[in-house]
Formats: sequence, structure tokens, C-alpha cells
Amino acid sequence: MTDETQQRIISEWQKRLHTARERRQPVRIRGGGSKTHLPWCRIPDEAVVIDTRAWRGVERYEPTELVVTVRGGTPLDEVEALLAERNQWLPFAPPRFRAGTTIGGVVASGLSGPTRLGHGTVRDAVLGVRLLDGRRRVLRFGGEVMKNVAGYDVSRLLVGSWGTLGVLLSVSLKVSPVPPASATRRFAMTAVEASRQLNRWAGQPLPLSAALWADGTLWVQLHGARAAVEEAGVQIGGERVAEDEADALWQHVRDHREPLWAVPDGLVLWRLSVPPTAPITEVGARFWFEGTGGIRWVVAPPDWDGFAYAAQLGGWAWRWQGAASRWMSARPETVAAIEARVRDVFDPDRLFGDGPFGEG
Amino acid sequence: MEAVVDRARAWAQTERHFEVDAEQLRACLLAVLPADRVLCAPEELAPYECDGLSVFRAQPLAVVLPQSEDEVVAVLKVCHEMGVPVVPRGAGTGLSGGAMPHPQGVVLSLARLNRILAIDPVARTARVQPGVRNLAISEAVAPYGLYYAPDPSSQIACTIGGNVAENSGGVHCLKYGLTVHNVLAVRGFTASGEPVAFGSVAPDAPGYDLLALTIGSEGMLAVVTEITVRLLPKPVVAKCLLAAFDSVRAAGEAVAAVIAAGIIPAGLEMMDRGATVAVEDFIHAGYPTDAEALLLCEADGTEAEVAEEIARMKAVLEAHGATEIRVSRDEAERLRFWAGRKAAFPAAGRISADYYCMDGTIPRRAIGAMLEAIREMESRYGLRCLNVFHAGDGNLHPLILFDANVPGEWERAEAFGVEILERSVALGGTITGEHGVGVEKINQMCVQFTPEEREAFFQIKAAFDPDGVLNPGKAIPTLHRCAEYGKMRVSGGALPFPELPRF
Ligand SMILES: Cc1cc2nc3c(=O)[nH]c(=O)nc-3n(C[C@H](O)[C@H](O)[C@H](O)COP(=O)(O)OP(=O)(O)OC[C@H]3O[C@@H](n4cnc5c(N)ncnc54)[C@H](O)[C@@H]3O)c2cc1C
Ligand SMILES: Cc1cc2nc3c(=O)[nH]c(=O)nc-3n(C[C@H](O)[C@H](O)[C@H](O)COP(=O)(O)OP(=O)(O)OC[C@H]3O[C@@H](n4cnc5c(N)ncnc54)[C@H](O)[C@@H]3O)c2cc1C
Repeated sequence: MTDETQQRIISEWQKRLHTARERRQPVRIRGGGSKTHLPWCRIPDEAVVIDTRAWRGVERYEPTELVVTVRGGTPLDEVEALLAERNQWLPFAPPRFRAGTTIGGVVASGLSGPTRLGHGTVRDAVLGVRLLDGRRRVLRFGGEVMKNVAGYDVSRLLVGSWGTLGVLLSVSLKVSPVPPASATRRFAMTAVEASRQLNRWAGQPLPLSAALWADGTLWVQLHGARAAVEEAGVQIGGERVAEDEADALWQHVRDHREPLWAVPDGLVLWRLSVPPTAPITEVGARFWFEGTGGIRWVVAPPDWDGFAYAAQLGGWAWRWQGAASRWMSARPETVAAIEARVRDVFDPDRLFGDGPFGEG
Repeated sequence: MEAVVDRARAWAQTERHFEVDAEQLRACLLAVLPADRVLCAPEELAPYECDGLSVFRAQPLAVVLPQSEDEVVAVLKVCHEMGVPVVPRGAGTGLSGGAMPHPQGVVLSLARLNRILAIDPVARTARVQPGVRNLAISEAVAPYGLYYAPDPSSQIACTIGGNVAENSGGVHCLKYGLTVHNVLAVRGFTASGEPVAFGSVAPDAPGYDLLALTIGSEGMLAVVTEITVRLLPKPVVAKCLLAAFDSVRAAGEAVAAVIAAGIIPAGLEMMDRGATVAVEDFIHAGYPTDAEALLLCEADGTEAEVAEEIARMKAVLEAHGATEIRVSRDEAERLRFWAGRKAAFPAAGRISADYYCMDGTIPRRAIGAMLEAIREMESRYGLRCLNVFHAGDGNLHPLILFDANVPGEWERAEAFGVEILERSVALGGTITGEHGVGVEKINQMCVQFTPEEREAFFQIKAAFDPDGVLNPGKAIPTLHRCAEYGKMRVSGGALPFPELPRF
């Protein structure tokens, strides 16, 4: 993309923001359209749409600097393929849901895949951003270096902001070398045993990468130096899972695919984020968990109150689908007031809507 | 030193002026705190006049030493009602003047909130008060085979509250992350004394990531009174490899090559010859003093894993021109390798009356070029500079040697530092990797950020602290200040980059 093309697109978007503000029309940022099943990503009919897909391309990739800078509308697949050529990856393995997921959408949603257990989250990897905010300012925060404490950490504020603060024009992400070896082990265990065992392992120097418990089976992925993976496999035991079966499983978990993520009509899917050692009870019609027990998925009848349940465990809940008056656990009043004022900084006119944060 | 004190006063006056009745303020503080926790006499205030950057000093109206959250709130409420600036302070080891007092304000020391409140070895977390020293956390959890990863060189003294405010790093942060990657949640109070809690011991938290904004906010958004940190299992073994090079450029290229080979060392540090010699005279770590540059490269993990990684690192370093390589044979030798690096600052203090530590970060590929540029600046400014680096993450710590008692030397040292910082920005880096902006680098913020970006920072500050009483005047320069700085730079004409490109 030439500088002129970039300038033209930004001016066009600034104009659109200006007009929308004058006409009091909502604006929605649309990336790949891959998260359409998430109700808070629905685009109202009257909305002005900023479609980021024309705003694509890798601005800079420096394998020895461990950093890639990518325009918001770039498809995730494209970035991952580029990194793979140099044996690097985005270790937080963001969900794709459907083809076409964009990097802007990845950062705006802040969702990370199962490897977050061992390799961290998208938040951990963000180094810098360029933003077009609701005041039509083009702002740059952070940068391409690993350590940077000049100014407040706005880059990370934008992770998980769901397009409510502005358009992510570009994002700099820390990338990692793909560890040389991986192996997946399987165990027959109850959820309670599995979580207890995982937390014990996590306190030992083992190359744990990802874990899933579902339907009486615990799956553990090890990922690291060859020697470490071999030793750890012997140490934790269980049954070795063939490579292609393991790959298929982790892709499935990463992208929230059916049958595991299937939700029968009339039931509701909840994502609970709770302290990993909080007591495990298999609530709802179906229950499974990721990590050492911190991310729990519950398929429940419509009247089940996931917010109250998660609060009781010391965590919070996310109603993952369906019409609702609230999707995300409420924050205490003082914190909500600061959040509202932070929104005023970037989108005082509330052009971009509430995302999953507000009352539905 | 008198000139220096004047500068600090001038700093405060270019920012907003606060009208404060000192007597009334002290009376109100004494009404909410026992008398031994309110310091007012000049000799009591003296130790609090500066942080680790002692060239910037100011005397506050009072220093308070609360021992509980309730006392912190009481102080915040008094100051908020009277419109008095509050400057939080941990151990005062900061290197950018972040904890430098405000002349019309109160220093709020969190040092006496120093209890470890809970350790959960199963969940691998510790909940601590802000005045707990960084190293004390790792010591307390060692019996469980755990540790707290970020390890600033000041870790025996600096507090976890200060670490949160600066987003501090250490020699292991390339592999294990900075404070922001290792703190799960904080509790604290806004300037008006309202309780807030950000983050969660769950894998993530709802709403905007206000925890990320708070970490590295230099005590300007909230006073942090409780911190929950993530603990990691201690690696079974660690080994350190020491490699010598006959040019800084070759050493810089070797650093990039290690990363390109897909290795993430647990630590990757570099020292130039000046630093090596100073350290060797002091610590006798056994460093080769004829090498132009040394690399320290650490691997940790299981025995087999470490053996595998050390072999790979060794091969890369040899291929990139290392003239000598030593691998630590035992823990004692590994610690000796590190002892030199960790003593770099005091070693500088030993050979020079004063030293000025810079903190720019640049892309790793530019390390060699930067060191050569610094060498040229040494002769231009007529001052020596020792270079130690967190090379793995491109974070430079040039130590500029000067003598504050020699007229003009501090000014030259400062100009030297400014040139390094502005060169860092020009190379695609930043003016501060881990020490913060404070008062020290406030002018360089004008170079790194546009007026609109600085405006956004002020707006964020106001979202947390609408009255602007929490550590005012630090970190974010006003438009007015940047305009003045712009004028100074143009008329001074000494700077080699009149129109620095922004990265
Ligand atoms: C039932 C239903 C019907 C729909 N019908 C249509 C339709 O007919 N036509 C249509 O166009 N859309 C439709 N959508 C809209 C669809 O929701 C959006 O296209 C999509 O959610 C926007 O994000 P995404 O899927 O591209 O996912 P992602 O690209 O992964 O984005 C997810 C989130 O990130 C934000 N985001 C993405 N890119 C950026 C960026 N660069 N900067 C900041 N924030 C960003 C988005 O605003 C969203 O909040 C429908 C949705 C639903 C639920
Ligand atoms: C020899 C030496 C070596 C160093 N090495 C490193 C290093 O390797 N890596 C590194 O990152 N830094 C290093 N530093 C810098 C310094 O130690 C760190 O910045 C440290 O985090 C400061 O902690 P402190 O408790 O001394 O904080 P202070 O200096 O007292 O305060 C620092 C800032 O934090 C704010 N603050 C303190 N406590 C709170 C609180 N509870 N709530 C809100 N705000 C608060 C203050 O207002 C101030 O802005 C070094 C310093 C020295 C002197």
C-alpha cells in the first residue's frame, strides 16, 4: 500500500466518522466477519461500517527482532504463513472461528487459544499500536521494541476493547520461535482430579503448553526443547496421542469447533474465567475446561445465572451467545466510572457502541 | 549541587502551581496519623528529597509513613480536599526522578506496608503489600520451589509497588517477561481515596484492561496498596556462558544470530570493555579485560534441556566470531559470571565521582551502530561512558561518568544523555525501556510523541485523577513545555537531528 493510498483511506474513514457523528449514526468496525456468532459483534442496520479488509499488509517483519508489524485488516492466516517460513509463530494461537479472521479482530477481541497456558496471551505479545480513534486522531503508542515504558500502556488497553475505542490501523506483535518438539498425552480422569493434577504440574518446571478436560478425558500438550518434552512425557505419564490426532484436537479447541462447542437449541453457552484452583463442579448440561481449570465452559439452561455462579467462585462470566441484557460480568461502580471516562478519551460520542461491555 | 536544586524548582514552577497552606496541611495530617508517621522537620525530610537520580531534588512539605490501607486513604482524602499534590514512594531507587517530591506536596511512602499477605503454592500466586521488597517475594516462596521472575538489579532494595509503577524488568525478562507479564491483579486507591481493583487471579478480567494502564503509570493514576503476583517454578538448573568479542559490532551481530537461531536465552547481557574493566577491578569476576565486548548468555530448564541449549548457543557464538567462550561449570561460577554484571553500577560509582545511567531501547540490529555512535559522543562531550546492556531486548544502560563538582560537567553529561535518547528514537526505539520518564526524560517525550498523543495521555490521567493531584508534572509534558523545548533545541543547535523522524 502506498503512502497516498493509506492517506486516502484514513481520510475517507475520518470523513465517515465525522458524518456519522453529525448524523448521530453508530459506527461499527468490521474485520473478517468471523465472529458473527458473538451477539455483541452484530452490526445494526443503520450503522456506518468501517471495513478494514482493504487496509491490509505486513508493514515490517524482522525475524531477528522477534517482531511483526501488521495492518489491522490483514488476514491472520497470511501472517501465520509468513511467520512459519521463518519457523516462528504467534504463540497465543488466537481462535479463527471462520476463515478471514483479521489481526485487528484478534487484538480487538483479545482472545487467545489453548496454548495461552504455556505461552501467554495476545495481551502479553502486543508491543505497539496505531489507532484511528473516535475523535478522528491517528495515534501511535508503544513501538516495535521489547521494552518500552514511555507513556501509558495504551497498546494493551486496546487488547480486548472490541472495536469500542477506535480502528486498529496497525499492530506490532512479539513473535516467538516455534519450540522444536511437542507431544500430547491423554489421561482418563474426573474434572476434579484433572484440575488438581494440572495445578500440581504447573508448579513444576515442565514444558506445559495447553490442557483441555472434556468428557472424562484430560489432554495435555507439552511443547519445548526436545529433551524437555521427552523427559516431561515420561514424568507425567498417561497415554501418548498420535501426532495428527493431537493436531486435530488442538485446532478444534483453538477455533471453538463443534462437536465440543456445539450448543443445542434452547441452551446457552457461558465462558467462566475463575481462579484455576476454585472448586470444580460439573454444572450445567455440559461442562469442559481449558488450562488448569481457569477457563470453564458451561452449556446451561436459559435461566442459569453464570454471573452469580462465577462471582461465587471469585471470577467472572461471559455469556457467549444469544440475546441478553448483559454479556459480561459487571464491574464495581468506581471501576465502571473510570472505564466510562477512558472511553471518553477515545470515543466521547460513543460512535463505536458498547461491545460486550454494556447493558445489552 | 545548588544549580541542580534550582532546576528542580524551575521544573515544578513550569507546571501547575498549587497554593498550599503548609501549617494547615501538617495539622490535618497529624489529625489522621500518629505523630511519628508524619515527618515535617527539614532534617527528617532530607532523605526523601530525591530518588536514585540524585541530581533532581526537591523538599516536600511533609512525608507520611502510613502503616495500613486505612491510613493511606485518610492521607489521600486530606490531600484531595486541600488540593495538595501527593507523590507515592517505594524504596526511592527509581532512576528517573519519578518519586522526586513536589515542593508544594506530600510524599506518601508505602514502605511500611511491607507484609506478605498470602502465598498460595498450588495456584502459584502471592498477595503482597506494595512495600515488600522484590527479592523478599522470591525468598519467601523459595521453600515451595517457586520464585517471582522479574529481577531488577536493584531487587534487594526496590519495592514491588515501585516495580508496578515503573513496569520494571530484569536480566531474565526476554524469556520471562516484565512486571506487566507477572502481576495478575492490584488493589489500590484513586487520588480521591476511592477503592479500585484491576486485574484478576482468574486467567483474565472483564472490561477494559485498566491493570495494563496502571502498570508503568509512574504513580500517576492510582496508589497501589496490594499486589497479586504470579510465581513460576524454579528451573532445575541454570548455566551461563561467557563469550568474548574483539569488536562491539561483532558482539551485537552475535546477539541477533542467537535469536535468529530460534533460541530465547534466559538472560542475554552485554558489556563493553570500559564496563568490563571497571567491574573486574572491583569484583574480580575473572572477566577477560582485553575483549572489546562480553556477552553473558544464560540457559535454564532441566539438565538435558540446558545441555541442548548451551550447545546450540555455543555453536552460534563461535560461528559469529567469539574469541573465547567459557561455560559455567557449577553454580558458584555461574553466580560469579553474574556478579560482575550486577555490580556494573557500583563499579561505575567507584571509578567516577558521579555517573548518569541512561535507559533507551533500540532494535537489536542497531546495537553495534549505537555503541559506535556513543564512542564518538564520548570524545565530543569529553566524558567517558561505560556500556552495559540488556542485549536480549535491546535495552541500553550507558553509564556516563562525570563529576558534579566540576562546573559544566553535569550539563555536558545531561546533553550526552539526551543525544543517546533521541538517537534511540531515531533508530526506531524508545527513550525508556524500564526506568520510566519521571522528571528526567520529560522533554524527550516531546520528541517521541505528537501533541495529540500527549493530549490522549493527559486525558487518561484525568480519567483516573480528574483533579490532577497524584504525582503531577511527571512523565507527560505539557504542550507549553514541548513548545519551550522545541525552541531550546533549535536555538541551542547542538543536536545532530533537528528533524528526528518518529518511529
Ligand atoms: C446474526 C448476524 C448477522 C450478521 N449479518 C451481517 C451482514 O449481513 N453483513 C455484515 O457485513 N455483517 C453482518 N454481521 C456482522 C458481523 O458481526 C461483523 O462482520 C463482525 O462481527 C466484525 O468482526 P469480525 O467478525 O470481522 O471479526 P473480527 O474481525 O475477528 O472482529 C471482532 C471484533 O473486533 C473488532 N475489530 C475488527 N477489526 C478491528 C480493527 N482493525 N480495529 C478495531 N476493532 C476491530 C470488531 O469491531 C469486533 O468487535 C452479522 C452478525 C450477526 C451476529
Ligand atoms: C542500582 C540500581 C539498579 C537498577 N536496576 C534496575 C533494573 O535492572 N531494572 C529496572 O527496571 N529498574 C532498575 N532500577 C530502577 C528502580 O530500581 C526501579 O524503577 C524500581 O522499580 C523502583 O522501585 P522503588 O520501590 O525504589 O520505587 P520509587 O523509586 O520509590 O518510585 C518509583 C515510582 O513508583 C511510584 N510508586 C512507588 N510505589 C508506589 C505505589 N505503591 N503506588 C503507586 N505508585 C508508586 C513513585 O511515585 C515513582 O513514580 C535500578 C535502580 C538502581 C538504583
